[in-house]
This record gives sequence, structure tokens and C-alpha cells, in this order.
Amino acid sequence: MIPAKFDYIKASSVSEAIGLLEKHGDDAKLLSGGHSLIPAMKLRLSRPEVLIDIGGISGLNSISEDGNEIVIGANCTHADIVNSDRINSDLNILAQTAKHIGDIQVRNRGTIGGSLAHADPAADYPAVVLACDAKIEVEGKGGKRTIPATEFFLGIFTTALAEDEIITAIRFPKVANGNYQKFFQSASRFAVVGVAAVKDGDSVKVGVTGVSGTPYRATAVENAYSGSSDAASHAVDGIDDLMSDHFADEEYRAHLAKVMVKKALEA
Amino acid sequence: METFIGKPIKRREDARFLKGAGKYTDDIKLMGMTHSAFVRSPYAHAKILSIDTAAAEKAEGVVAVYTGSDACGTFGVPCGWQVDFKNGETMREPLHPLLAKDKILHVGEAVAIVIAETLELARDAAELVQVSYEALPAVTCPKKAMEAGAPKVHDQWEDNAAFDWCIGNDRTEVEAALESAHHVTEMTYKNHRLAPNAIEPRSYISDYDVNADKWTLYTSTQNPHLIRLLLCAFVLGIPEHKVRVLSYDVGGGFGSKIYHYTEEALLTWVSKEIGRPVKWTSDRTEAFLTDAHGRDHIVHSKMGFDEDGKIVAHLTDEYCAMGAYLSTFAPAVPTYLHGTLFQGVYTTPLIHLNVVAPFTHTVAVDAYRGAGRPEATYLLERIISKAAKEMDIDPAELRYKNFIPPFNGTSEPGFQTQVALQYDSGNYHGVLKRGLEMLGYEDFRKEQAEARKNGKLIGVGISTYIEGCGIAPSAVVGSLGARAGLYEVGHVRVQPTGKVSVFTGAHSHGQGHETVFAQFVADKLGIHMDDVDIVHGDTDQVAFGMGTYGSRSLAVGGSAIIKSVEKVLEKGAKIAAHKLEAAESDLEYAEGKWTVKGTDKSISFGDVSLTAYVPHDYPEGVEPGLDFSSFYDPTNFTYPFGTHIAVVEVDPDTGKVDLQRFVACDDVGNVMNPMIVDGQIHGGVVQGVGQALLEEVIYDGEGQMVTGSYMDYAMPRADDVPNIETDRTTTPCPHNPLGVKGAGEAGAIGSTPAVVNAVVDALSHLGVTDIQMPVTPKRVWKAMQTQA
Repeated sequence: MIPAKFDYIKASSVSEAIGLLEKHGDDAKLLSGGHSLIPAMKLRLSRPEVLIDIGGISGLNSISEDGNEIVIGANCTHADIVNSDRINSDLNILAQTAKHIGDIQVRNRGTIGGSLAHADPAADYPAVVLACDAKIEVEGKGGKRTIPATEFFLGIFTTALAEDEIITAIRFPKVANGNYQKFFQSASRFAVVGVAAVKDGDSVKVGVTGVSGTPYRATAVENAYSGSSDAASHAVDGIDDLMSDHFADEEYRAHLAKVMVKKALEA
Repeated sequence: METFIGKPIKRREDARFLKGAGKYTDDIKLMGMTHSAFVRSPYAHAKILSIDTAAAEKAEGVVAVYTGSDACGTFGVPCGWQVDFKNGETMREPLHPLLAKDKILHVGEAVAIVIAETLELARDAAELVQVSYEALPAVTCPKKAMEAGAPKVHDQWEDNAAFDWCIGNDRTEVEAALESAHHVTEMTYKNHRLAPNAIEPRSYISDYDVNADKWTLYTSTQNPHLIRLLLCAFVLGIPEHKVRVLSYDVGGGFGSKIYHYTEEALLTWVSKEIGRPVKWTSDRTEAFLTDAHGRDHIVHSKMGFDEDGKIVAHLTDEYCAMGAYLSTFAPAVPTYLHGTLFQGVYTTPLIHLNVVAPFTHTVAVDAYRGAGRPEATYLLERIISKAAKEMDIDPAELRYKNFIPPFNGTSEPGFQTQVALQYDSGNYHGVLKRGLEMLGYEDFRKEQAEARKNGKLIGVGISTYIEGCGIAPSAVVGSLGARAGLYEVGHVRVQPTGKVSVFTGAHSHGQGHETVFAQFVADKLGIHMDDVDIVHGDTDQVAFGMGTYGSRSLAVGGSAIIKSVEKVLEKGAKIAAHKLEAAESDLEYAEGKWTVKGTDKSISFGDVSLTAYVPHDYPEGVEPGLDFSSFYDPTNFTYPFGTHIAVVEVDPDTGKVDLQRFVACDDVGNVMNPMIVDGQIHGGVVQGVGQALLEEVIYDGEGQMVTGSYMDYAMPRADDVPNIETDRTTTPCPHNPLGVKGAGEAGAIGSTPAVVNAVVDALSHLGVTDIQMPVTPKRVWKAMQTQA
């Protein structure tokens, strides 16, 4: 459980971090909370030569309101989110979700930006950013841009981030009626299936994590929805890369997806 | 006068544990100590074509690199138990090399060791060792290992069997009884493989002192003397008096630290080669890959009943994996620690068990909490509950019908089983009755009937277990193939001031010996327990010992200490009689003093102790000093028993099992410290629940371990388990001085079938009759779909 040798650089600004990313290219990894990266490094599954620590960059850890939106700095920890009054009242679904991540130690160190950039297919946040139509704000050598959540996740551990880009914030609309339903994997307590549903009158937006290699919007459910949870039967329509492991094979996972979507629609 | 036996005295050792001040092997840092890292095989079965260590040897900080081609490659660790084929053929016992030389037989097998100035440098250099392998097909399932054409683990034998063994009545007689039985219940399942998961991983430091020509081996083990014996006499050929084995605090073992591991012997060899101390501490991945696992039986069983529901015969065939090599106790586990419990708590007149034990391309299987008895209990308690359902008899009622009647083992004789053992004392009716009362069984059945009407799936599962503990009478186990006697040593040294040091060959790895042993020694001597100190884990201080496993510490180790206490009092009486100018026969000993009966003339234990060491005024012919050592060899095993009852609710949508209640009424004989017994039961129950619901080691078809981390191997957590409701009945053991039976493994033995019985009961009205463990949500849901 000892990582291979690496250099460690603490960046003090976003632009410095981008410069370092540019300089070190493939050899570098960004370190935020480190709760996915460090374990992988300890097993020597990941062996970056340079760690660029962005954890100390000021301005990336605030939670603020911007009109009808809530802007969450990428370095906010899961605990920051759980404990934020603003999020609990205007974006409750996110607080519910963060509460289910890992344990107290993980929540105190792990960050929302780090989790999204890592794009673990069983992570919790992807379902919520999808269901909320959140926007991921990123910055790279070409400047700033905003990536809609629906265009952010490209596959297992793969996102739309360019190599020199850093997530700086996540911009959520305020959500009055949303909930997150999670079926825990019994060892890791990641999501076997996680479903976020955001309801607005007779319409709903549903984000699903854990089921496919790429978290997705369950558009078939959304289209079929007219206030009844029967639409849940469409939870895996069109999904052709169902994940399978010893906790849940494809058949059971597909079933769980329907069950958890139903719960989310009924909650 | 304050007494201590039977009181929930808080554990002395916890003060240091809770402060993080325990002294574990990895905490020890010696002058000039080097560190080591292993190069381990990524393949389950492969030829080693070449090993190139040149780059590693030149790497920064590297002291040495060794492979199987070095002298250490000729040594192997032995097996401690011989179980021969039923046809008379000797057990097949392969060399278990310290480093693999030509062939790899399981993932994680070591091919080289790198010694360096720091752990980091050792790890870095280990990556530079180039090993070229030719991968070969592997077999990991014990049943498949016996199929024609299965990949062979050891080429020198015609098939993969280490042995093929049976116990009980004549097979044809049992088959005939099943043929004519009124009802036969049949089961086929796997008692799956588990990883032991001690919180402290294995850790060793070997320190060779060239001037003294002596080694000190610091090791995280459950039995330091046995390690020394095996290491010296059976592996390296070192005179035993040249090695001191020290194991200070040990952070759990559950069996996995009984065995003599290759790393222990290799480090001892390395330390002399390099002339410096060398340390290795397993990381969690290595623990999953190389600690001996538990269970891994494939079972096919039939139990026959007459029209009254009485069991008439029981026939079982099992395939029990040994792994790639024979670990220290491995052959005993599915045989003498398993088949001998097939009587259970029932009067079954005809029993036959056949065990084929194949080698597989996996790490070795050995004793894991309960060791063979959980597997026997799981079978008996599942099949009897299944039979009850099939015959439409209440599962408690079917058990009552078949119980061995109560017997105390003194005025009523012990119960002779069909499978070699004679039970000491038992009252199986008593624990079931109490367990059902604690649960409110009849009310639960009413509640269940109501719940089913509302689509709620709740169920109750009963398990009434017996186990064999207090391991073990030497002559008995010797006749069964043990290559050691399983007595224990207890040494009581009374200091001149009357303070007492007790040296025990038992070894605490979490049990609380320092507290419990002091409790009964204090009471027997009539002194305060603060005046009694317990010493263990040092082969230079403790004369000898067989260690801690098989719930033996108190029953065997405690009895040895009692023998020495009795010798102290006997000699003390001679000194007291002299000082009191009275006849020994006129003295009585109570509350820490000898008193001349009917008078107020007395002398205290402390004064007698001082006299023994300052023998100016002293009885003629009596030696000075007050210091006795005893060996205690039990006359029988002890047989704790109990009833465990689980209540579950199954989520009809997801199949997830919620364990709602757990009731345990155990009988462990007399109890020295009820808090520690409760703690042992709690821990054991949680481990058994872990097997029932969560834990499983999975190897894929190529022999890769799928569950080699806590991301994939599910351990029970606090929120997986309800409050455990415990109570006890007390049926003393008739054959040891404290009347104790042992409590360390009971929880893990009784609980697993209770939980699975409850899940099956919750789904029985849907037609579900069995579910393979662990009963994960996926398996439960699938069982419900199959029946729907």
C-alpha cells in the first residue's frame, strides 16, 4: 500500500494549475480530496509522476447564490454540501445525495469537483447533476467554458474535460422537488443503482448512475411520465451497456434500476 | 473480601488498546532493521520460465534479493495434521516452498523477496524483478478439481485429492436406512470461502544476533511456541533453544494466525544471511491473497425421517478445498473438526460422511473461527429446517422431537455419538426453550401470518448448535492424525511479596486473557486480581504452550494454571503449618489465609510467600520458593451448545434482507466474566451473519481473486446487525476444574444457519426452499423470480 514515487506541487491558483497541467501533460494528475486517486496510487494502479494539488486554491470552495442558481465551488467537500443551509433549502436533492457518499472521513475530504472529474460509473453525483440539468464550469488554457451535465459524462472514468482543463464550479438551478434513491453496494457502499428525480408538475427529469458505464438521463421514463410511477418500467430502455458484477448482474441491475426509478418517482 | 469470578470486570488490556498504545509487531523498530517486499505471482497456475533480479539488486537501498534458486528455496513449511485416505493410502503432502522455484500454484504466491533499507525502496525494487511466466489453466472449485481432465495442482499424483476420508456408520447401512425412510430431505449447496480479515495484518521481524548465535522472531501469531517448534525442527533445522519467539499484542486472528507461514520462516533465514533484522508486514491485498481462508465445501446431503419425524439416517458427501498446499491444520478442519460434529444435538442413529479434499489453485484453506463446526452446524440446521417445512412440522417441534435428552456428565453419563466423540454434558431442550421465550416465538408466528396477508415478507430462523471446544485430549487427537499433543502449560510464580505472576502458553489475540485469568487466579488464592499479572507470548518466559484457537484458552490453559495454583496452596499449607505449629490437616484456607480450624490463629498468603523466599524458620525437607509449572492435558473436548434465532424482513422489490432481531441463548458452562462472554458471542454472531448475508471470496475461472479488497469483499458493518439479545443457561463441564466450555467460536457457529433459515422462512410461502449463501439481494430476488 505504498505508491510509486511522485512529485508533489501545490498550486495556488487555477491558472498556475493549468500551466502545470500543460507542462506535465500525461504525467500529471490533479489532486483534490484524493479519495479516489490516492487509493489507486497506493495499489500502484495509478502512478502519476506529478501530483498537482488544487486543494488549496482559494475561491474554489464557496457555495453561493446567483439569481435562480446555486454555484458550488469544485473544492467543496461532500460534508460542506451536507452542512450547507442554502443547499439544504434550495437544492435539497444534492444534500440528500452527499449524505450517502462514503463515511464521515470520506465526506470530510472528498470534493464534488474531484468526484465529477473522476467519473466513477458508480458515483452518486452524476445522477443528480444530470437530473438537475446542472452545468459544469471548467477552465483551461483556452479559457473558460461551461459544459452541460448531459454532455459531460462520456464513459467509464471518461468526461468531456480536455487534458488541460480543471473543473472550477458546478452551477445548479434551484430545485424544489427532487429526490435521490440509492441501492448500496454492500462492500464499497457505492451505488449499485442511484436514481435522481426532479419533478416539476407533470414532468420529470431522471438521472441514473451505476447502471451503465455512462450515467444517463432516463429519457424514456421522462417521456412516458405523466404523474404515475408506471413510467419506471422504461428505466433501462435503450441502455445496451448494463454493468455486471458479483453484486448485480445485468438482469438484476436492470430490475433494480426500475425499482429505484419507481421509488424516486413516488417519493 | 472481594471476589472476581463471574463479574463483568472491565478488560485491563483495553486501556492500552483504546489509547492506541498496544504493542503490535509492526510498531517495533530495531536498530539496523531492514524492510522487505515480496514479488508475487499474478497467475494462479504458471511455469516460471525465468527470474531476472539484476535491476532490483542494483536499485537504491537494496540489501539483498532472494529467489527460489537460493538456499531458502529448498525449505518448505510442514503440515501439522495427517489425514490418510480411507483405503489406507497416506495423505498426499506436497512441499510448500518458502519461495516458488519452478511452478506457481496460486495467485499471490511469492517468487522473490527484496530486502532494502526502507519499505518504500523495497517496494520500488520489487517492481524491477523481472519474472517470465507461462500461464497454465487453473482449477479453483473443489468439485471440478476432481473431474476427469481437471488441471492438476501437483503433477506427481494421478489426481488432485489430498485425501478421501469418511467417518460414521457403514455407508451401505446408512443408504439402506435412507431407502426405507418415511421421508428424505436432500440438499446441495456450497459452504463458500471466506477471508479471515484480522484487523492487524500478519507481521514479522526476525533479528539474528551473530554474537549470541540466536534469533529473536517477533511475530503476530496465535501460538508462539508452535511456530518456534515448526520453524526450528521442521523448516530450517535450527536448534530450538536458539530461537526466541515474541508475540506481544496481536490484533485478531480468527484462526488465520495459528499457522506457520512461509514468510515467517523466510525472514528468519534472511536475517542470518544479511546479519541484520528484517521486517515484513502484509498489506491488505496480500492478506486477501495469502492469509489462509476458511470454509469452501461443496455439500450433498440426505437426511431420512420416520413417520413421527424422528431422524433415522444422515448421509453426506463433501468436496472440501485444501488450496494449493496443506496449511498447518488444514486436513483436520473438514474431517476431525467437522465430521465428528455430525451428530449435532440429535439422536440420529446412523450417520455417514465422506470427504474428498482436493488441491485447488487457490491460497490454502484452514481453520477459520469455528473451523469445521460452523460447516457441520450449517448443514444440520439448514437440512432439519428444510425437512420441517417439507413434513409440515414446526421447526422448533422437529428439533424437540430429535434432541438428545439432558445429561450432566457426572451422575448421568456422557452421550456417545456415532462419529467418535462422547459429549460431556448438555441440555439442548433448555436453550431452545429459553431462546423461543426470549423471541416470543408463538406471537411471532401470528404476526408473520398477518404480515403475509399484507405482502410483507418476514421470517424466523432457528439454529440449535453444538460444538467441540477445549482442543484437545492429546491421545485422542494423536490417534486422529495430529502431529502434536494439544495440552497447555500454566506456570504460577508467587513472588516473595505475595504478588503473583502467571505464565500461560495460551495467547491472547483479543480474548482478554490478562483480565479473565487474573480473575480466577485471584479468587482461587483469595487475593486481589490487581496482585496477579498474566504473561504470555514469549517463548523465553513461558515454558511451552500450544496457543489459542478452538476455544481452548480457558478450558485447557485455565485448567493448567489451576493445577499450578493447587500446587502453590499445597506447598503453602506445609509452610503455614510449620509457622502455626499445627498439623496441615488442622488448617483451612480461605480469604487469603491459612487458619487453624476453630481458632483465630492464622497466617496470610503474603507471609507464607515471604517465608518461602526467606526460609529462616522453615519446615524440614521442604524446598524454598513458591513457583510451580503444570501441564494440563484434557480428558475430553468440551461441548458448548446453544440456540440462535434470527428474524428477518425481505424487501419484496429488491430482495434485500433486513436482519431485525437476533436472539442467542448459549451454554458455555461456567462463566468467569459475563461481559467478555457476551463480547465473544456478539463478535462471533456478527461474523456468522457476515457469512450468511455478505462475505464471500470469489475466484474467477482463471484463478484470479475477484474479491481482493474491501471494495468487493463485503464485511458486516454496525448497521447490518441489530442489537444482539443474549442470555445463557449453565451446564458446567464435568471434566475440567473451572467447569468451563469455551465461548470464542459459538457465535460464528450458531448464527449463520439461523439467518439463512429466517430468509427461507420469509419466502417459504412463495415456494422458496433454499438460497445459496451469502444470501445477497441478487440471490434472494432471483429465488423469488424462479418461484413466482
